[in-house]
Amino acid sequence: MSCTTLFEQVLDPDNRANPYPLFAELRRQPVCRQEDGTYVVSTHAEIARLISDPRISSEDLPDPQKFRWTGHPITDLFVRPIRAEIRRRHQPFIFRDPPDHDRLRGLVMRAFSPERVRRMREETTDLTNELIEKFAGKARIDLVDDFSYPLPVTVICKLLGVPPEDEPQFQGWATQLATALEPNQRADAETQAKNEQCFTEISEFLRDLIAKKRDEPQDDILTDLANGSDSGDADTERMNDFDLVATAVLLLVAGHETTVNLITNSVLTLLRFPEHWQRLRDDSAIAPRLIEEMLRYEPPVQYRTRLAIADIPIAGVTIPKDAPVVLLLASGNRDPNRFADPDRFDPDRSDNRHLGFGGGLHYCVGAPLARIEAEVALVALAKRLNNPRLVEDPPPYRPGASLRGPRHLCLSFDGIAAG
Amino acid sequence: MSEAPSGAPERIVVVGASLAGLSAAHALRGEGFAGSLTLVGDERHAPYDRPPLSKQVLRGLFSPDTTLPRHPDLNAEFRLGTPASSLDLDARTVSLGDGTTLPYDRLLIATGTRARPWPKSDEASLDGVFTLRNRDDATKLSGRLKAGPRRVVLVGGGFIGFEVASTCRDLDIPVTVLVRDGQPLEAALGPRLGGLVGEIARERGVDLRLGAEIERMEAEGGRLTGVTLKGGERIEADIVVAAIGAVRNVEWLEGAGLAADEGGVLCDGYCRVLRQNGDIVPDVFAAGDIARWPNPHQDEALVAVEHWGNARAQAKAAARNMLAGPAAGLARHDHLPDFWSQQFGLTIKLVGLTEGADSLVIAHGSLEERRFVALYGREGRTVAAASIDSARWLPAYAAAIRERAPFPPISDAVDQPRLRIEEP
Ligand SMILES: Cc1cc2nc3c(=O)[nH]c(=O)nc-3n(C[C@H](O)[C@H](O)[C@H](O)COP(=O)(O)OP(=O)(O)OC[C@H]3O[C@@H](n4cnc5c(N)ncnc54)[C@H](O)[C@@H]3O)c2cc1C
Ligand code: HEM
Repeated sequence: MSCTTLFEQVLDPDNRANPYPLFAELRRQPVCRQEDGTYVVSTHAEIARLISDPRISSEDLPDPQKFRWTGHPITDLFVRPIRAEIRRRHQPFIFRDPPDHDRLRGLVMRAFSPERVRRMREETTDLTNELIEKFAGKARIDLVDDFSYPLPVTVICKLLGVPPEDEPQFQGWATQLATALEPNQRADAETQAKNEQCFTEISEFLRDLIAKKRDEPQDDILTDLANGSDSGDADTERMNDFDLVATAVLLLVAGHETTVNLITNSVLTLLRFPEHWQRLRDDSAIAPRLIEEMLRYEPPVQYRTRLAIADIPIAGVTIPKDAPVVLLLASGNRDPNRFADPDRFDPDRSDNRHLGFGGGLHYCVGAPLARIEAEVALVALAKRLNNPRLVEDPPPYRPGASLRGPRHLCLSFDGIAAG
Repeated sequence: MSEAPSGAPERIVVVGASLAGLSAAHALRGEGFAGSLTLVGDERHAPYDRPPLSKQVLRGLFSPDTTLPRHPDLNAEFRLGTPASSLDLDARTVSLGDGTTLPYDRLLIATGTRARPWPKSDEASLDGVFTLRNRDDATKLSGRLKAGPRRVVLVGGGFIGFEVASTCRDLDIPVTVLVRDGQPLEAALGPRLGGLVGEIARERGVDLRLGAEIERMEAEGGRLTGVTLKGGERIEADIVVAAIGAVRNVEWLEGAGLAADEGGVLCDGYCRVLRQNGDIVPDVFAAGDIARWPNPHQDEALVAVEHWGNARAQAKAAARNMLAGPAAGLARHDHLPDFWSQQFGLTIKLVGLTEGADSLVIAHGSLEERRFVALYGREGRTVAAASIDSARWLPAYAAAIRERAPFPPISDAVDQPRLRIEEP
């Protein structure tokens, strides 16, 4: 079978529960042109190569509504390009190339310090236990709504310095804006309109908050980003307000649904292979390896899109300039040329250089935080849920094919153990 | 061409128990070799890593114990503190300095190099005159640096010398670097980038002298007190570090009939050593700093690549080929040379070989920013790429070098200035 329509099938919600057989077919041709001109890259070596190739851009991803001449010279030649340029300049750094990307990311990395992230462990533990306490007296929960969803948004709000009373609103925004990172939803007009509305609201909120952080600095990321560091000159050491808002939104959005999916996918997978659930219950020290394997086996970010800005010869084909490129991370993670027995869930594998957090210059900023959140959550769930069972397998999935994860995960169980 | 060795090997001997030797031992076990495995090393230390010696160890950040990790199931016999003294190809034996003889079915020569000693032996033996190749050198030198010398004089414009100079500056020790020919690091990076690193070194307080040489050293009671340069200038100093290159450890092979000289032990692309008449010796292999072989990335010119990455890759290739039966076919050692160095707060990386390069472009960043990727071309082909503090794109350029892509290989890339071809 030709591979030229396979990616369309990957996008088809009917294949959401198990896209992996499609990936295996795609891998027969590591770089395959789809009918719409997109090039899908599905093998580990080729993804790893392109993720660090200077001919691959994260900027100017193809405009969802393809450029159409309005016939109006002022609109076509003047208004639109300027608007596009403004939009480009205010993109968060996940959608920008060096050197801008590096400057913005560098500032974030400084604020996202290892100590700060480590300090979140305790808070996450408390939060997790609070959420689990609420399961008391129930025989059945929806893990997504009752647990996975509230956790990451609260954690990132604490880290950023969003007041607790504003968290519920933040959660709503995060959910809506996650679609902006979802390549196949970004395209539809209704979603776009909603996102724009939502972005306006969150921007206003953040601008106020940033002003407060400048008046009354606190120990949080937003304060650091808003005030810059004390050393060096202000221009390079501080973000402008547009970038500041875009960055704060990025941190919220990039760390939200991804972490929700990691926790939910993990519970789903561990209940499918209950011997591993039991192992985790007996020995929480295996959690980090379990989580790495989860990031390989069921990665929350299944693919990322890029743009070829020059012809790129690779694996027997040439990706032409201006072609959209899909890096199918989840398929690279199942590549038998890279991982022995790739479809087996095996937390004991010794060589697990998965692509779950991406790679190269856009490698996930939040990886250490995500690892802590998932570890704390899974260890507590395994310890405290008595005899949990999946009510429905496969569960219903959210529509996204890139940020892929269950919409609900209903569990029944025999009460909770003391924390 | 001589025949493949008969039968699967039962006894493998590795001479030289350092990076290449240990990597080969690991690879042999990894490939399933279950017979007896002996590593002979003249140093008394278990195999250890050298790159940190001129960097973190000298700085006092790491302990001098840079022992390389060893697999618990390696199951090899280590004959440490024992040099190999001769090789008999016909009897298939290696004689050791302690009078014992080891028979082998396959032999790996991995005796590497040693620091080139200061040519005047009376000066070389002065208290305060150092070279740096092994752990004991690093321990002694770092002790002396800690004592706060008035000034260190470094002789040589290579990477190790520059790393030592950088460490001295980190420790706030005055340092003079004497480079006899051309620019610093010129052999690896060419005059342009070498000159830039020299400029950076100067900014960091290094007293860099180009075209300078020591006429003589001065001492009192056997202790170094200073040096006089050719031309007459005298520099007060307590320490001289001679980083003037390496000498290959081939003496023990004298009389064995191998094509081995100061250029190294000659082997083919499959790591099999050659006799003086050019015949292949099918059961003796070489890897690491000691080896010289036709390099596919340099038009099959005979080169030795004295880099960490090559020692590991070549050891692996040699190990595979030692075990390959006649049917399995031999694996060509086609590793693309790569190298890194840390100095003056910069990370310098290099892939490919710049030898003979006739053109250079800055493909990302700029020399002024001191963050860039530079590409080297030779006769219209891309042969090497060097980066300072921006290694992220190197893999793409490494692929281009491997494919011998036209120069310059990639244009219209992210964060790329307009390409201007210049002299390297
Ligand atoms: C200070 C320093 C810094 C470096 N930094 C870098 C760096 O940043 N990046 C990089 O790519 N490379 C670096 N290198 C180079 C790298 O360390 C070498 O390429 C590597 O060590 C080569 O390994 P080898 O096993 O081939 O040789 P060696 O490490 O030289 O080992 C050979 C061993 O054989 C022993 N031997 C010699 N003769 C005999 C005999 N007759 N019998 C028994 N044993 C014998 C020697 O004593 C030695 O232990 C550095 C080297 C030094 C010295
Ligand atoms: C399980 C959880 C997570 C997964 C699987 C994940 C995955 C990824 C992946 C694959 C990328 C690469 C995107 C690309 O190459 O285009 C990425 C980037 C990013 N992630 Fe995460 N992420 C997770 C959690 C988080 C968290 C908790 C945060 C922050 C709070 C975060 C912040 C970011 C940011 C800012 C980027 C952009 C980095 C850049 O462009 O340089 N992520 N993430």
